[in-house]
Amino acid sequence: MARPESALAGNPAHRAVPEALSLVVNGERRSLEVEARTLLVHALRDSLGLTGTHVGCDTSQCGACTVLLDGAAVKSCTVLALQADGAEVTTIEGFATDGALHPIQRAFVEHHGLQCGFCTPGMILAAADLLARDPEPSDETIRRALRGNLCRCTGYQPIVEAIRAAAGEAA
Amino acid sequence: MIPAAVRYVRPGSVEEALAALGEPDAKPLAGGQSLVSVMKLRVARPELVVDISRLELAGLETRDGELWIGALTTWADLAVAPELRRPALAALAECAAAIGDLQVRNRGTIGGSLAHADPASDMPAVLLALGASVVARSAGTERSIETRDLFLGPFTTALGDGELLTEVLVSVPAAGSGSAYASVEHPASGFALAGAAALVRPDGSSSVAVTGIGTMPFLLDGEPHAALAAAEIFGDRFAPAEYRRHLAGVVVERALAAAAARAKEDE
Repeated sequence: MARPESALAGNPAHRAVPEALSLVVNGERRSLEVEARTLLVHALRDSLGLTGTHVGCDTSQCGACTVLLDGAAVKSCTVLALQADGAEVTTIEGFATDGALHPIQRAFVEHHGLQCGFCTPGMILAAADLLARDPEPSDETIRRALRGNLCRCTGYQPIVEAIRAAAGEAA
Repeated sequence: MIPAAVRYVRPGSVEEALAALGEPDAKPLAGGQSLVSVMKLRVARPELVVDISRLELAGLETRDGELWIGALTTWADLAVAPELRRPALAALAECAAAIGDLQVRNRGTIGGSLAHADPASDMPAVLLALGASVVARSAGTERSIETRDLFLGPFTTALGDGELLTEVLVSVPAAGSGSAYASVEHPASGFALAGAAALVRPDGSSSVAVTGIGTMPFLLDGEPHAALAAAEIFGDRFAPAEYRRHLAGVVVERALAAAAARAKEDE
């Protein structure tokens, strides 16, 4: 059987040209090659093996792919990997230090802020962005900050409680 | 969903970016919150993306009674910008704070959104009500486009090939003016089913613009409710045209009331 890309082989525009990407992920300098069209989430998951960043909807709705890009929460399925060249990226794998859970992670455990856990990395990173800007958010502010993160099993109430508890601990 | 193969460049200056945008089928990429999404759907398949996101086109500045907003200013930055605390400009921050979600506001830019021209995007209504214009540059040329002339239809603007929207320019309304934005959102997408922005001036006169209800955002000329009754309104399975017309009347009233209250604050 013909290989599917053979029809495109003659067209230079469709050839995958690897480009160099260098970024700091969870405090460690990483260098890799990606295509121009590679999304940041795929660079993290497929090239760097950081599969804690999840692909849920693939359409910038669900927030499961949320990472911190230079400290700001972004949906890594809607950022080209090359746009993160030189940047600092924090994924959920960068949250626990020396085996000790981050206070937001601990609060999610203690307040039953997760059930299946699929949305949890994104929830935690969105919460980290919120708490960095507003260390004592109201419940309304927490709910607004989670607008871009969908949970399909736990429900939002325990998640809001977890973030409120984490805020109290940090304050 | 992965975009079609594409070339990528990241110019170091606006001039270099304009030169790159002169290439056939080149698209400027800022925060990517519109462009990357449509590239993933392969609705857009540019040959070249010109990453302008690190150019010095972000930030706000008030000079000689005019507010300049760099095209790369994000919604997150607009939402907290001190320049927008005055009642006359409050609609800009109020609108920016309610766009999309936290992650989208961190990346999405005012220039990118205007150039994308989604007929349900919020900010165009505010800029229309404030009588704003934009600066469009291409290699060797620069022109100003009034926002009322910028939108030509769904996802269609007056920007030409190779033209880059670099700044938004708002004449600061007289002291004693107030502005506001109000909308009713689709609960899943967050886009406006109907949105309205109002500017109320010290003499009581007002400008009102709407979004989400037609093929593009538009100013309501004359008495707003009469203008809405005569307007061609878009309907879909989420909100039929007559429901949208009703909602538009509601958000117009809310925006006018909030703008008038802010105008009083400024007296």
